Amino acid sequence: MTSLINETFKKAKNMSRPALLTYTVAGDNTKKKSLEILKSISAYADICELGFPHNTPIADGGQIQTSAYRAIKNGIKINDVFAIAKEFKISKKTTPIILMGYYNMIYQYDENRFLKKCKNSKIDGLIVVDFPYPENKNFSKKCKRQGINFIQLVSPTTSSIRLKRIIKDSHDMIYYISMLSTTGGKLKVSPRKILENYFKIKNQNKSKNVVIGFGITEKTIKSLKKADGLVVGSAICKEISKSIKKRQNAVTNVTNVVRRLKNKII
Amino acid sequence: MKIKKGISLIDQHDQFGFWGGKFGGSFIPETLKKPVEDLTKEFKKLRKDKKFIKKRDYYFKSYIGSPTSFIKLENLTNHLGGAQIWAKVVSEANGGAHKIYNATVHALLCKAMGKKYIVGDTGAGYAGKMLSMAAKKFGLKCKIFMGAKDIKRQKPNCDAMKKNGAEIVPVYSGSQTLVDAVSECMRYWVSNCDNTHMCVGSTVGPNIFVKICGWSTAQISRELKAQLKSEFKRIPKKIKLINCVGGGSSAYGFWSEFIDFDKKQIELIGVEAGGPKKSKLHAAPLSRNAKIGILHGAASYVCQDNEGQINETESISAGLDYPGVSPIHCFLKDTKRARYTYATDEEALNAHVMVTKFENLNPSLEPSHAFAEAIKIAPKLNKDTIIIVNSCGDAQKDRDILKERLGKI
Ligand SMILES: Cc1ncc(COP(=O)(O)O)c(C=O)c1O
Repeated sequence: MTSLINETFKKAKNMSRPALLTYTVAGDNTKKKSLEILKSISAYADICELGFPHNTPIADGGQIQTSAYRAIKNGIKINDVFAIAKEFKISKKTTPIILMGYYNMIYQYDENRFLKKCKNSKIDGLIVVDFPYPENKNFSKKCKRQGINFIQLVSPTTSSIRLKRIIKDSHDMIYYISMLSTTGGKLKVSPRKILENYFKIKNQNKSKNVVIGFGITEKTIKSLKKADGLVVGSAICKEISKSIKKRQNAVTNVTNVVRRLKNKII
Repeated sequence: MKIKKGISLIDQHDQFGFWGGKFGGSFIPETLKKPVEDLTKEFKKLRKDKKFIKKRDYYFKSYIGSPTSFIKLENLTNHLGGAQIWAKVVSEANGGAHKIYNATVHALLCKAMGKKYIVGDTGAGYAGKMLSMAAKKFGLKCKIFMGAKDIKRQKPNCDAMKKNGAEIVPVYSGSQTLVDAVSECMRYWVSNCDNTHMCVGSTVGPNIFVKICGWSTAQISRELKAQLKSEFKRIPKKIKLINCVGGGSSAYGFWSEFIDFDKKQIELIGVEAGGPKKSKLHAAPLSRNAKIGILHGAASYVCQDNEGQINETESISAGLDYPGVSPIHCFLKDTKRARYTYATDEEALNAHVMVTKFENLNPSLEPSHAFAEAIKIAPKLNKDTIIIVNSCGDAQKDRDILKERLGKI
């Protein structure tokens, strides 16, 4: 059986466009708001990544940190993240949801209990930022057994031997980090160079869906549209912060950003 | 879980970098896999390279000033009237603390790897000060990440960093202390690992940083072993080695040569920061039974809530004010080779007062935690017991805090 994630990429491919993936932090700035945002942006986003807020996020830049600290301050708990995801999946059955976080949350929750909960909440995929290959091999197998896509990350520093191994052990989707940066960095590599690296990955196994993330904004998204999928995170979190500061409706503002992003790649 | 004899503790981990099967590891973002691997290879090569060892020993001697002295604290011993109290005065090392060993080795590694930029974290400011010194000495450009709260409370060390030409990057997130500085430093490295080397300021972080730091500070116990033999003709029958534990670099360095001894002969006692007496907050994951968690790329006992969010910590001592601890100390705790306890802010202050009153020694707030434990147990022991405290930092950096709390300069 093919996964919902695979299906979603196929659909986008049939329309000759990349899939649009969004990243928001669960509970930013409240449980209710973040669910509303998710539901609303999924009119344009093909896949929604939902972040577990963590208070020591070593790979996140300022925008996502701000969102995470805000969510934690508002009392978000792991079970709330699952509740948001579950609720979302009830109304948007065909939109894949990918949870993203740091390994300590899974470790504290217990791997098996965490995966059971994922399955129960209809989670489609998982990204664990600080749990690299090959350390993640066992966990990734466990995910597969539960029908959950474990998404491997690769970066410009990934060696070619390593890349081969990672691709071989990957599931349906691979996440290519565009540059040496935390999230929220300015795109400091030319889109041409990023795509060159991207195709080095893509051409090794065309059946894998490879997405590009980090540094993608309304300004840069168009230049990367040859990819299978593009992830936008910090630009969205930034819009939430801005809306809160200006006392505007974050749901409307963020949805507008996502709509504009989508329009640039269709 | 068992400690092997005859093998350095820093090498007793499995293929994934875990001590005792569960402490340590390398929980790092994919981008850091390559630089960490490169560093691991380089270190593995250099530590066996006779020329490199010669170079290290040359700088340890001519630049750091090894060996630091080993002295009996006669007055304090007489005052307490029990065990003999001795000190290894590591604060005599160039710069005023043990952090210079790790900093020097990292600067040498950075040079060997052809990198021109070096970055590091700091809490008490000693790790930062020493890295800035080593960077200056070896012609490297240096950036130091430091929590905004620590910048305020450890001004003398910040002045030194600036004088050495390092840039201090203030960190305003979270509790604005060491934990946030390490996070921010790691983020910077993720973004700049192609031309920048990172030094982690203690035996914490991804596996390789634990190893490099432990390998560097181990110099302290090599010196002590020789000094014990020359002072007592042989290693005495009853020794207690007391050391403060923040990340645990000074304690590991103080103990490494003695881990294979029977604990009845040489007891290892680590003293963590218990925080203010009246506060619930502390920085004592080992002695106050924190659960295992992942912080800054390694699994260790960590002050955290049951969802895995890292807890705020509180300590008068910026150098000990950290929610995690070295995986090596977790291993020593679980194998029961070392015993861990804590001292409160007040106990550390009192210890500082007592030591400075009786001795010509000025321990900073970190080793004052270790002295607090020595003062507590010495009267109950007899004079055949040799207590040795690692006086690993000089209180010059704490002058503002001491003035505020004790009204002295
Ligand atoms: C003088 C001194 N002692 C102890 C520490 C604690 O670190 P560690 O436990 O790694 O020795 C520090 C840290 O800054 C320090 O400056």
